[in-house]
Amino acid sequence: MQLKINGQTVEVTETKSLLDVVKEFGASAPFALAVNGQFVPKSQHESWNLAEQDSIEILSPVQGG
Amino acid sequence: MQDKLSDQEATRYSRHLLLSQIGEGGQIKLKNAHAVVVGAGGLGSPVCLYLAAAGVGKITIIDPDTIEVTNLQRQILYKTNHVGREKAQMAANQMQALNPLIQVQAIGKKVENCNFEQVIKDATAVLDCTDNVSSRYFINQICVQAQVPLISAAAIRGEGQFMMFNFKQQTSPCYHCVFPDLDGDEAGLNCSNAGVVGPLLGLMGSKQALEFVKYVVKPESCSFAKLTVIDIWSEQNRQFNLAADPACPVCTAPEL
Repeated sequence: MQLKINGQTVEVTETKSLLDVVKEFGASAPFALAVNGQFVPKSQHESWNLAEQDSIEILSPVQGG
Repeated sequence: MQDKLSDQEATRYSRHLLLSQIGEGGQIKLKNAHAVVVGAGGLGSPVCLYLAAAGVGKITIIDPDTIEVTNLQRQILYKTNHVGREKAQMAANQMQALNPLIQVQAIGKKVENCNFEQVIKDATAVLDCTDNVSSRYFINQICVQAQVPLISAAAIRGEGQFMMFNFKQQTSPCYHCVFPDLDGDEAGLNCSNAGVVGPLLGLMGSKQALEFVKYVVKPESCSFAKLTVIDIWSEQNRQFNLAADPACPVCTAPEL
């Protein structure tokens, strides 16, 4: 299955969870995730079903002010 | 509740009165509004200045720190001769000098120790301009409980994030839904150790002040529950629709 992560095209096996996919990509906690512009709550990171051509964004928290 | 503007106010705010979206009615709403600004630093500076200039009737500024010379690169409330003074009081002085027609309150304490529940009781919205996770979590939690809208921004290096929550809406996500696992990230990046481009704070803080004004005069024009991410170097600005996490221990939204 072909996906985009932070704009970069990646190929993954069908069975992987959203969490596994981003971890394999190199994301390290803490982060927030969005798929196709829609935020995915943390409690759904493992159960979220990915589809061909989904576009995943890994968002690092910013705290400065 | 005030229901009219004085001649002095009508003159001062004339450029607002010309706008169909604000006009006299909107300016009176601003006069009756109470903004609670937490953090008088890089974000808090433009927030305070714009809200005071715009005629927000009551502004509370909370910050326990004193002004340091390294703040002056971006914290535009302060002048060189203010170094060593208390931020909250100095911010209040600057706002009052800018606009003597409004009421300003300075609280020189940590937000966690200022009886925040009481402070925001009559608040129109809270503007989170803080620089650390524990304050951000605390502010979020109290705003959720009190159902006071939260206008949150943050910036580091060349990256900015903006979120706005209307906790009067039952289904609203909260800050904790978006970033639930920041505990222990206190040693994480902040402006002191990672740096930040000065005018980025102006951009993000102005956005907070702008959305406060819009919320007061025309709330239906505000985009709640969206995360806007700005990267000044790539000029890639992205926006995401947020949703409540049904497992969130802070807001435990009844439905997704």
